[in-house]
Amino acid sequence: MTGNDTELEAQIAEWRAYMLRRRAVSGADVDELEDHLRERVADLTETGLRPDEAFLIAVKRMGRMDELSREFAREHSDRLWKQLVLTDEDASAAAERRRGLLVMVACAALAVLAVKLPALFGLGLDDDPAFYVRNLGLLVLAPLAVYFAVRRKVHRGTVIALVGLFALGAVATNAYPLDEDSQSIVLTSIHLPLALWLVVGIAYAAGEWRSGQKRMDFIRFSGEWFIYFVLICMGGGVLAAITVGTFNAIGIDAEVFISEWLVPCGGAAAVVVAAWLVEAKQSVVENMAPVLTRVFTPLFAVTLVAVLVAIAVTTNAIDVERDMLILFDLLLVVVLALVLYSISARDPGAPAGFFDWMQLALVVSALLIDVLVLVAITGRITEFGFTPNKSAALGENLVLFANLAWTAWLYWSLVKGRKKFARLERWQTDYVPVYAAWAWVVVLVFPPLFAFA
Amino acid sequence: MHIAKDLVAASATPLVLGILAEEESYGYAILKAIAERSGGRLEWTEGLLYPLLHRLERLGYVESTWRTPDGGRRRKYYAITPDGLRELAEQRKQWDAVTEALQDIWKATRSIAPLAPPALEA
Repeated sequence: MTGNDTELEAQIAEWRAYMLRRRAVSGADVDELEDHLRERVADLTETGLRPDEAFLIAVKRMGRMDELSREFAREHSDRLWKQLVLTDEDASAAAERRRGLLVMVACAALAVLAVKLPALFGLGLDDDPAFYVRNLGLLVLAPLAVYFAVRRKVHRGTVIALVGLFALGAVATNAYPLDEDSQSIVLTSIHLPLALWLVVGIAYAAGEWRSGQKRMDFIRFSGEWFIYFVLICMGGGVLAAITVGTFNAIGIDAEVFISEWLVPCGGAAAVVVAAWLVEAKQSVVENMAPVLTRVFTPLFAVTLVAVLVAIAVTTNAIDVERDMLILFDLLLVVVLALVLYSISARDPGAPAGFFDWMQLALVVSALLIDVLVLVAITGRITEFGFTPNKSAALGENLVLFANLAWTAWLYWSLVKGRKKFARLERWQTDYVPVYAAWAWVVVLVFPPLFAFA
Repeated sequence: MHIAKDLVAASATPLVLGILAEEESYGYAILKAIAERSGGRLEWTEGLLYPLLHRLERLGYVESTWRTPDGGRRRKYYAITPDGLRELAEQRKQWDAVTEALQDIWKATRSIAPLAPPALEA
């Protein structure tokens, strides 16, 4: 009986998740429908059905009604029926959309202001590039955090935490005496945005950052945000090129306008707009991102295997110059992103298939390459000592390596059918704080540790 | 017997308000009450009931409260408001007018009807 009950609970939880994805149905409505579903299941089990059979029938009845109500609304456009089915839901949904749009526009304006305001105090893009290198992440991500804080109506405690963390980032990046051409300033400019992006995650999760479900949502959001952001930037690039070209044709130089206004303002606003698009146009990107993952996972897997084969055949060692280190870190990040994305978009209940083997091959070949890189880095460090760059690259490599190694092991158990997919999902969500911790360490501890080199 | 969609839709509001006028209730119980009252001939779907309940709430004819009965789950209860009672009285007047007219017409048609049954028996 208990086995049946947990199964029923799992099925109901899945059904809930499915319902919650519909924009017209609010959380409270789903609660109400869930109560309804449970009542019907209870009634059906009393007549002698097993819980899973009862669940099937109860859901089938609801599913059919869903179709029916839509059918009715579409075909019977009699006012009476439309009012019954549509009016209420759509009015509140439209109001909600308008509100979201308003908050988005306000926050995008805030981002533009944040990027352009320093110019008033003599910190323009041309006058003081170091200021922007240090603070760009801070300036564009703070409005994004504000956007989510407003949209999610976060509690006071969360607001204080958000403000505190952003202030900490601002102090760390500006108070340390970092030279414009030091390694540390580059490291800070890369790691502070990473750390702050995860702080944005706290606002995204409305303060519930401990919840594994919310972390997965944020991971999914990050991937979708990235896709939208890239698309917007590409469109912006086309716009800029055409603007420059056409104004050139009539003898006006538009390049100053492009580089001082269009690019910085558009880029800053795009950060918020992309976030808004992810939620407003959920269904678009929901279809696109898994397709991209499916296309690129096999391609990356094949490329990595080819690299391994080439190394084995030629016995050439990997050349670990500084750029190479960054390249291999990036490679691991891409592999991890592909894995994370396919995990977040995967149905946890589905059995292991061909695609999971592909993922495993991708992860394992990335790991093998990374072992070679790690050996090379360690060799260089023992020869020339630690520098901020090498230490950061090594640290990142280890952080990603640990994640991917355990991921590979879990994948192996998964395709062998020994473990549930949920384990892999939990491992990834549990690991998120490690990235945050590492990013903050690089921002806060590295500069004094290496004497601001 | 199948009842036409339009008729189901038109009778939905007075049925729900009428059931809530007796006592406050929640979604599943309302659905069951409607099936029972109609002898199973009116089978409502959830897609009809919940949007209707929410719409009636927006119009101020019913009010809802989330309550947790002892040892039970959280559940949304609906109760009729004074406005809802007025609306029910108004709808009742309209329905009475319709049914009265229909009764009249049925009576008239019944007086012509006797021609048909012998034909069927034959």
